[in-house]
Amino acid sequence: MSTAQESNEVGTPSLAISLPEIEQFFVHEAALLDEWKLNEWLVLMAEDARYLVPALNAPGGDHRRDLFLISDDMKTLRSRVSQLMGRAVWAENPKSRTRRLVTNFRILESDASQATVTANFAIWRFQLDATDVYVGRYVHILVRGPSGLQFKERRAVLDLETLRPHGKVSFIL
Amino acid sequence: MDNSSDRSYVIDDHGRGIFRVHRDAFADPSILERERRAIFDHAWLYVGHESELKKPGDYLTRKVAERPILIARDPEGKVRAFLNACSHRGNMVCREKSGNARGFTCFYHAWTFDTKGQLIGLPGEDAYTASFDRAHMGLPAVPRFESYRGMMFISFDANIVDLVSYLGNAREVVDYMLDFGGDDVEIVPGAQAYSMRANWKLLIENSIDAYHASSTHARYFREYLPAMGMDNSGWVSMLTSKAAGWRGVNLGNGHAMVEGPALPTPLDATAPEEQVRIRAALEAKFGKERAHKIADYSRNVFIFPNLILISYWRTIRTFYPVSPDYMEVDAWGLFPAGDSDELRQKRIENFLSFLGPGGLSTPDDVAALEGCQRGFGVRHEAPWSDISRGMGRDEPKSTDELQMRAFWRRWNAMMRGNPGATDCSDHPERVTCNQIGERQ
Repeated sequence: MSTAQESNEVGTPSLAISLPEIEQFFVHEAALLDEWKLNEWLVLMAEDARYLVPALNAPGGDHRRDLFLISDDMKTLRSRVSQLMGRAVWAENPKSRTRRLVTNFRILESDASQATVTANFAIWRFQLDATDVYVGRYVHILVRGPSGLQFKERRAVLDLETLRPHGKVSFIL
Repeated sequence: MDNSSDRSYVIDDHGRGIFRVHRDAFADPSILERERRAIFDHAWLYVGHESELKKPGDYLTRKVAERPILIARDPEGKVRAFLNACSHRGNMVCREKSGNARGFTCFYHAWTFDTKGQLIGLPGEDAYTASFDRAHMGLPAVPRFESYRGMMFISFDANIVDLVSYLGNAREVVDYMLDFGGDDVEIVPGAQAYSMRANWKLLIENSIDAYHASSTHARYFREYLPAMGMDNSGWVSMLTSKAAGWRGVNLGNGHAMVEGPALPTPLDATAPEEQVRIRAALEAKFGKERAHKIADYSRNVFIFPNLILISYWRTIRTFYPVSPDYMEVDAWGLFPAGDSDELRQKRIENFLSFLGPGGLSTPDDVAALEGCQRGFGVRHEAPWSDISRGMGRDEPKSTDELQMRAFWRRWNAMMRGNPGATDCSDHPERVTCNQIGERQ
């Protein structure tokens, strides 16, 4: 106890959000999304979180000034999830099968309470005899909450030049 | 024997109030080839907005009706549109989507053109005879290029009427879209480039169709708007044809719209003082009555053959067929340039809540249109789609289908070799569209 107290005072790096911790979090999240457990997934979002997907021709854009594909605050994201789990979401009726591979984890910045992390993703989506692959990278800001890591900002930056022939981003990327 | 140009794909029976479209029109590859020649080669096609080319040397490349196009602002500030294919052997001269340049060098043999399209350099010019004239070897300009208040259009028909004449009655509602924000509008960075596995004409119908919204977009109007703390009763009443003032309008020559009194939006509560200032500026500039027409109505406007303007979300959308069952769609946001950061962000969020491949509605339209296209697999057994709603009404509502009939009448006339003016109304004084089929 006193050891932890002491090391905390000097800011020991062992208390920073670590790569294994982040990797486990990403893998857990990917499973929730692929299994359409979206209400459980929502719990991973911090109260003031944003879910962002920039436009494909402006991947470094600012969601306050530029047109994105998705720029949800928590109010909109909760409604999005509620709709996706409901009966009137024709774009996901029947539900897509998705399978995401998340890899190449990197920590860009990390301290005990917050980390900016990046990872690569490839998500296969199967629906109505069509197969579409969404490729890109995540750039997330994670915070450590009372019950574990949470997203403060969840950004999926697609490498696709256009959403052709995908046409839609109707599941959570 | 090919008698396809004599065949009619439209039943337009004014007497019985029946309007039908043959599903071959959505699925037959020979129809698409004829559309390219009869329609896309003889129309004004939206290519971009001048706000996307702010400085001299700014350029962008787009694909317009299968042609690679290069648009650049020259050193004097004039915007020019070129066919983006080297005059030597045809390689695309500019391969970037956008940027700023003093000129363009085709990498194949290093011919170099300036932003006026002039050939300013080529290796080994001494190999050519005296008949080779640099002055005639520039980048070819598009046959016609005109702007209307910053909106740039191209036509591949050198003899087409001027753009303002082409817009005709639609010009007034295009003005309302541009007047908003005091005539200073800009395309915001970030475009939505997506697609639908469906025939391009399905998106015309869908974009000016208030009838589908109640069912296809139930989750937006009955779930999303209440979740935002909004009263959705005005919307529900409009979608079920009960609201006054919502109507479908034939604007002539294939142009059409749905229009009605503006309904509450999640934007209303944002930056209220700024919105009061914007309204006051509109009234000062245009007068109370015109400001009312600009700001207090919601309009989905269709400009023949493939341009949609939606005032509620302030979007511009174009789309082109790649094959009978697949189209490419491009959409942009045309927002007031003077917005505060707060209002700009809310406008973007409002746009995204409904529109685009990640929105809470467009994906359902994609699903509906792709479902129609799959459904057309039955076209040999069940050949006709019905577009008769409101045909007996003197003043069709927005949930009727006059807007779509207006498009189809123009489409039918052009496909039958009549590119001249077309009266596309339900009650034509003179019959300029073909009436065939089940007439008594």
